[in-house]
Amino acid sequence: MERKTKIHAEDGKQDLTITREFDLPVALLFRAYTEAGIVEQWMGTKVLKLENKQHGGYQFETSDPQGSVLFKAHGTIHDVVPDQKIVRTFEMDSAGFDAQLEFIDFEQLSPGTSKLTMHIIYRSPAHREQQLKLPFAYGINMAHDQLQNIVNKLK
Amino acid sequence: MDLRRDVFQAIADPTRRAIITLLAVHAMTPGAIAEHFNSSRQTISKHIQILTECELLKQEQTGREIYYHLNPKKMKTIADFIEPFRNMWDDRFNKLESIMKRSINNPSGKKK
Repeated sequence: MERKTKIHAEDGKQDLTITREFDLPVALLFRAYTEAGIVEQWMGTKVLKLENKQHGGYQFETSDPQGSVLFKAHGTIHDVVPDQKIVRTFEMDSAGFDAQLEFIDFEQLSPGTSKLTMHIIYRSPAHREQQLKLPFAYGINMAHDQLQNIVNKLK
Repeated sequence: MDLRRDVFQAIADPTRRAIITLLAVHAMTPGAIAEHFNSSRQTISKHIQILTECELLKQEQTGREIYYHLNPKKMKTIADFIEPFRNMWDDRFNKLESIMKRSINNPSGKKK
């Protein structure tokens, strides 16, 4: 599939912007962010709580097949305007990273297409670099796990 | 064991980020760099040393003076870390799109 997701991150800044265009009406794109059952599918995490309203909160949790928790995150919903925007915080539990502020804008491009813009603000440029580095580190771990699996099969 | 020296460690410190910003304009001697800070000359040379070990700075001898300048090749590795991050979001959004496309074909949202 064509790579449509773009990241704009200037060196030394403490924010970044993720943009993506979808072949979806804006209402469906918004639903994908506000219905727990759908969020679970595309984020690949369990949604324990998702309150789409001012002063609402949300909680995500991912466990491995043995049931031990791999990832836990939570945040507070600051503002929700249907089919337009969500303003929320995001913080990983016991990961040692500070909370980040997320402005998520939903925009109709045509009746069948829409655009998502996530503006994420971190506490410092260093905090942003740490977050950027996570999928990189995770990728290395995944590769290592796969290697381990292959090696175990050889035993 | 050696201390880990990488680009991210280098830019984690505000003084080191300030040194990078200074050198982005033009190459400077250690003395000229230190003049921009209230910290001791020793502290600044420690920062310069870390930045050099991370290969963010390069030394250049001009006459009797040593000039430090930015190593643009190394600065690029920060951009390289964005790619796995972008891939992660791209995978998620691809999934989101296909899930929601299915729900267009099955508008009741009920699983068959």
